[in-house]
Amino acid sequence: MTTILEARGLGKRYGRRWALQDCTVDLPAGHVTGLVGPNGAGKTTLLNIAAGVLSPSTGTIEVCGKRPASSAAQLARVGVVAQHTPIFAALTVAEHLEMGARLNLTWDDALAWRRLDALRLDPKQRADRLSGGQRAQLVLTLALAKRPELLILDEPVASLDPLARREFLQGLMEAVADNEMSVVISSHLVSDLERVCDHIIVLVDSKVRVSGDVETLLDTHYRLVGPRRDTTRLPSDQHLVEARSTDRQSTFIVRTEAPIADPVWSVSRIGLEDLVLAYMSQPTEGPRGRPLEVAQ
Amino acid sequence: MTWLTWRQLRLQALTLGLLAAAIVVVAAVTGPNLADAVTGNSSPYDQLTSTDRTLFTAGIVVLAVLPALLGAFWGGPMVARELEAGTHQLAWTQSVTRRRWLATKLGLTTAIAALVVGVTSLAITWWSSSIDGAVSSASGALPERLTPVSFAMRGLTPLGYAVFAVALGALVGAIVRRTTLAMAITLAVFIAIQIAVPIWVRPNLIPPTIETIAFSQKTFAGITIRGDQLLIELHTPNRSDWVIANETIDTDGDPATVPEWFRDCLPGVDGGNTAPTRVGNEDPLWDCLTQLTDAGYRQRLVYQSADRFWRLQWAETSTYLIVSALLALASYWWIRHRLA
Repeated sequence: MTTILEARGLGKRYGRRWALQDCTVDLPAGHVTGLVGPNGAGKTTLLNIAAGVLSPSTGTIEVCGKRPASSAAQLARVGVVAQHTPIFAALTVAEHLEMGARLNLTWDDALAWRRLDALRLDPKQRADRLSGGQRAQLVLTLALAKRPELLILDEPVASLDPLARREFLQGLMEAVADNEMSVVISSHLVSDLERVCDHIIVLVDSKVRVSGDVETLLDTHYRLVGPRRDTTRLPSDQHLVEARSTDRQSTFIVRTEAPIADPVWSVSRIGLEDLVLAYMSQPTEGPRGRPLEVAQ
Repeated sequence: MTWLTWRQLRLQALTLGLLAAAIVVVAAVTGPNLADAVTGNSSPYDQLTSTDRTLFTAGIVVLAVLPALLGAFWGGPMVARELEAGTHQLAWTQSVTRRRWLATKLGLTTAIAALVVGVTSLAITWWSSSIDGAVSSASGALPERLTPVSFAMRGLTPLGYAVFAVALGALVGAIVRRTTLAMAITLAVFIAIQIAVPIWVRPNLIPPTIETIAFSQKTFAGITIRGDQLLIELHTPNRSDWVIANETIDTDGDPATVPEWFRDCLPGVDGGNTAPTRVGNEDPLWDCLTQLTDAGYRQRLVYQSADRFWRLQWAETSTYLIVSALLALASYWWIRHRLA
């Protein structure tokens, strides 16, 4: 797996509080990676460091082979849609494109204007008069027109209504299909990411709980429901992700490459949302807290 | 980056440019007549109309206020507003390093501020040059250009203050991250500095002249009575000098209070008078002053002579510019290490 982003022991401290601590993560090149995790997991901090807006207190990070924001050339290779999609309120839509053209080493003006047309955005509109969805689309346009190698999106649809949300993600998918680029998009809602991502990283308390190809993950995770059992009695090739038991019944979520033979269990596949939730609810400490890498 | 900075500043910059242009026009139209009216006149102050005096004061006010406003409205929001709106994330993720981002914003803003204030100051300095320090044969005078009332609103210094105020505002904004708070703090700090500098810094930018002078009709400037205290003031041979300290000393050269008998000697002074009173040039006064001289009292004057005006201007302006450069470096350091 070639990586577009490599972070080792990354940490960011504000006074005594760590917003991100000892985070080690690899982002595969050529994939659309969903970064999921509960609020406060460190997603935004990680992405801000990757974008070069923040610098880490500890650890190292390389994005496109270089330290983020180390040079204009490095910045040119990364497109960013920051959280809350900031825009210059007093500038018009067209002036935002002019800014992009003037401030970037690489700039695809034709692409930018094509997207503006497709979105039916009025170039003369002041940016602070745009709707939330239009605003997010404008920021995405700015990021895409840089022709980046890596596109970073931090909760781009969090504040959008369902329709705008779908349109934004649709536009993103089209752009990904047209361009060779890696994408990382964060959200605390799996449902937003399901349709766009082919790779997923679950981040909890700065730690990667699971990182893997979405298809592979879905193919190797099962929900087992049966009479109450002790978790220690699972076969060694079955990796327990989540266990819930009532007095009579146990529900396990396990990862395994092999078929499940035990006839006691009623076995079912699980969706991405359940899978992610299972990893998010794992305890932080203990042998099962180790990050899980799933082979491509 | 220059384009973006100019785009964000242009409305205010053009408004200020118009203001500066208006001041230049008014100065150019009224200046020559004013100079004609007072040149060679022994009592130039009496030639001034009330409009002239109003314009003179207005010139001082404009140049006193302009750098402060630039600091508050251009410096304060420069970084703070971006941080508040999150637009720094947009700017910093274009292909623009933070160094270039700050250098362009600070560079262009201070350059425009310096240009506007510089031109305004040039016009006002030129206009006022014929009447700075104008005196009347009866009563009334305009301040000398070297005194604190005028010095900061003449020549180069306003330009230095404007650059300094903007750089100060940028740093404060980076630290406090809130626009209105940054504006308020910038204004407060700038005003405090503008009060402190003429009191403690400017007198010593170039070591002042210290001279011991005898009481005489030629050097006598006045007597001020403030409560129990009676203060004698002398002036240097050139009335345009900026007298920083004016104190009576005894035979040992130590600062001394004027002896009791001198007060009794003076004509027309009541013991319990609390309001400051100036005593005019009456003959018995000279007798009293002669007695004081005979008793060994002298007056020590600390002053900057009038011919040092431009040297002091350069010294103070360059000091402000050097401090501005340090503030800019501090802003860069803060943005690199504390904001990021």
